Amino acid sequence: MSASVLIAGAGVISAIGNNIAESLDALESGKAGMGDMHWLDSSHHGKLPVAEVNLSNKLLAERSGLPATITRTALLSTIAAKEALADSAIENFHELRTGFISANTVGGMDKSENFFAHFLSSHEKGKLRNIIHHECGSATELVADQLGISDYISTISTACSSSANAIFFAARLIKHNLLDVVIAGGTDALTKFTLNGFNTLMILDHEPCKPFDENRRGLNLGEGAGYVVLVSDRVASSLKKKPYCSLSGYCNANDAYHQTASSPAGTGSFLAMKGALEQSGLSPADISYINLHGTGTQNNDISEGTAIKKLFEPSYPKMSSTKSFTGHTLGASGGIEAVFSILAIKHGLIYPNLRLVTPMKELPFIPETKFLKNEKVIHVLSNSFGFGGNCSSLIFSKL
Amino acid sequence: MNVYIRSTANISPQKTFGESYPPDAAVEYIGNRLNCIEPDYAKLIDAKLIRRMSRIIKMGAVSAMTCLQKTGLNMPDGITTGTAYGCLEDTSVFLTRLIENEEEMLTPTAFIQSTHNTVGAQIALMIKCHHYNNTFVHRGFSFESALLDAMLLLRENHITHVLAGAVDEITDNSHAILTRLGLYKRKPVSNFSLLQSDSKGTMAGEGAAFFLLTNRSFPDNCAQLNAMHTFYKPHGIAEIQKNIISFLGEQLIDINNIDLIITGKNGDKKGDEIYKQLEHSIFTNHRTMHYKHLCGEYPTASAFALWLATSIVKEGIIPAWIENTDSNQPAAKRVLIYNHYENIYHSLFLISAC
Amino acid sequence: MADLKLQIIAQLNLKDLKPEDIGDDQPLFIEGLGLDSIDALELIVLLQQEYKIKLSNAEDGPKVFQSVRTMAAYITAHQPQKE
Repeated sequence: MSASVLIAGAGVISAIGNNIAESLDALESGKAGMGDMHWLDSSHHGKLPVAEVNLSNKLLAERSGLPATITRTALLSTIAAKEALADSAIENFHELRTGFISANTVGGMDKSENFFAHFLSSHEKGKLRNIIHHECGSATELVADQLGISDYISTISTACSSSANAIFFAARLIKHNLLDVVIAGGTDALTKFTLNGFNTLMILDHEPCKPFDENRRGLNLGEGAGYVVLVSDRVASSLKKKPYCSLSGYCNANDAYHQTASSPAGTGSFLAMKGALEQSGLSPADISYINLHGTGTQNNDISEGTAIKKLFEPSYPKMSSTKSFTGHTLGASGGIEAVFSILAIKHGLIYPNLRLVTPMKELPFIPETKFLKNEKVIHVLSNSFGFGGNCSSLIFSKL
Repeated sequence: MNVYIRSTANISPQKTFGESYPPDAAVEYIGNRLNCIEPDYAKLIDAKLIRRMSRIIKMGAVSAMTCLQKTGLNMPDGITTGTAYGCLEDTSVFLTRLIENEEEMLTPTAFIQSTHNTVGAQIALMIKCHHYNNTFVHRGFSFESALLDAMLLLRENHITHVLAGAVDEITDNSHAILTRLGLYKRKPVSNFSLLQSDSKGTMAGEGAAFFLLTNRSFPDNCAQLNAMHTFYKPHGIAEIQKNIISFLGEQLIDINNIDLIITGKNGDKKGDEIYKQLEHSIFTNHRTMHYKHLCGEYPTASAFALWLATSIVKEGIIPAWIENTDSNQPAAKRVLIYNHYENIYHSLFLISAC
Repeated sequence: MADLKLQIIAQLNLKDLKPEDIGDDQPLFIEGLGLDSIDALELIVLLQQEYKIKLSNAEDGPKVFQSVRTMAAYITAHQPQKE
């Protein structure tokens, strides 16, 4: 088995930027991505802030090389995955055993919604091209075919922990010597289905969200895609460009408490973080920065906060929720936040947790509210906790 | 390290579950759709839980719980699930209301039940399993990915059991859509003559099959899962043959060491051409049987095949009902399954007697 | 209140229950009927659909939905006047 798995490349697209450079600028300048919906045609326009990628499907299509009629989920995915692949600069990529493990929760729902509106009136109505890529796996394949990857392709869907699970499944495929290089992460486009779904749960903030604030009122939905390129140590040693860091720990645990709510004690979160630390051989004190799941809901933040308190007390690393910038990108969140985590290591950055005014009274720590650079960021813990109790944590470590 | 199938459970369009198994005869379906024969869930699931479980969740949960009950194991060390379509009924209900009510007065239950990981999550919730839990949703590889994940887990950690399975359902809406996409027979056929029909299309199927995998030698193990391999969009029959031969070669055997080949022939003229070519080449003169006349065609149908192979190897006979023969046929100790879905997703499984 | 009980049973898919099984003052949440946060959200929609009452603050839920009687009282107090 390969001793370690290294990150050779990354790519990201979200409401705060269409690539890594733009994202870093926004994170530094504190420019969040939520606002009125622009592309999504929903009756909640003007009422619910969302964090959309600022490109139309037409422009996304031009940049991705796919037709504009294809699901936005696949368009976003292609752009970020291509950036990651280019970033890794692996010259003999197509001679290696390559894989693509992507994650999403909505699949082609943005198109299916349109199809269904016609289909409901008559089963003969609705354009088939709008439904043909409905399945989650379809979006993955459109991208894999674009990237020329065929040795191993799969799709994971575990709600908000989806792309974290994709990244660590990819790492295990490399460790078991089944593949040499895997592009892994996730994508999700904003859809009426998810917007309304979350609205029925009454966990959407009608203002820009404030994760880990005492007066938080919920999350803002976002969209985007984030991928990392994982390689074995053998491949890494042949690369001209130095890898960003290693994926030193990972764990998947289940809260098993309720279909959507997290347990007050944060059992699943605690087990995921603890397991990732054990896997990496690190102790809590070694963590430089936690990229929180931090959605901004009453339930998640107290649950995650409680788990962090239990695991890290009495001393806490710096931490923040970048969902205060990007919104909650669902299936893409683990991937996008993995990219932010590895950039934090490479550039010595700590991102701010925006709009945090009143710290939560139950917690003995306060997330970082300022953007910091020239920090010693050695080990980063990235949390992704989802519906169905699916909790995953990843640890990235400086080489 | 070996991987064994310790127990299995299968809810399918045949009498494969519970007390009605083994059946005297296969069930016939005329049309283009085979629907599952389901148990009385009220007897198997607590009333408080069942009200919030749609059909597909009940199918998956009961199938998984039965695997555990058969061995007396309370807690697996991980749960991996595969589903290509996810929870279609709930997705459809929520989407319909969203459109009809114009995004007003929507209720959460259908939404939270529509997410793909609900089956796996429900199983964990029922037994309070805090361990590894993953859901794969990659079309014709959904089951194979879940199985691979489980097999890798058994090799990595100090764990002994992983529950792995797959579930997919047909709903009236999904069937109408897939029919428009040209997947099924235009005119009604009987599943008993499906595989001999020389025309386009197959019959839709559905099912939930779970397997309790272990890396230990238990006396009640059903079969050994020697190996599994998948390959994507092969360029022609030569590449398919090469994959099959090297798959067996890696296990230090060749086709002559195989007692029984189970293939995913589904009655679609174009897709079945591959199986035909194999029957005239590397599968020539080998005992071959099929299964999609029993369960129909769906992306995770290979789970039915694995259940079938496991049952055959465990029981030491090929029951008459599978191919409507007059009597049971003698045992197969080593079984190869080869399946393809839409000639995109190809998978191979090797199972042998313990 | 009998009508309300039937609506609750239908909305929450409590197939095995009849109105007689739900006491007027029986706690609906945690103990008693053992409903949870998702059921609370379903009841909020029920109020809107059947009685045109909008409960925009989910945190008021526990008070309003404490029992069938408290629900009925809330409905009587807040139902929009018919013209």
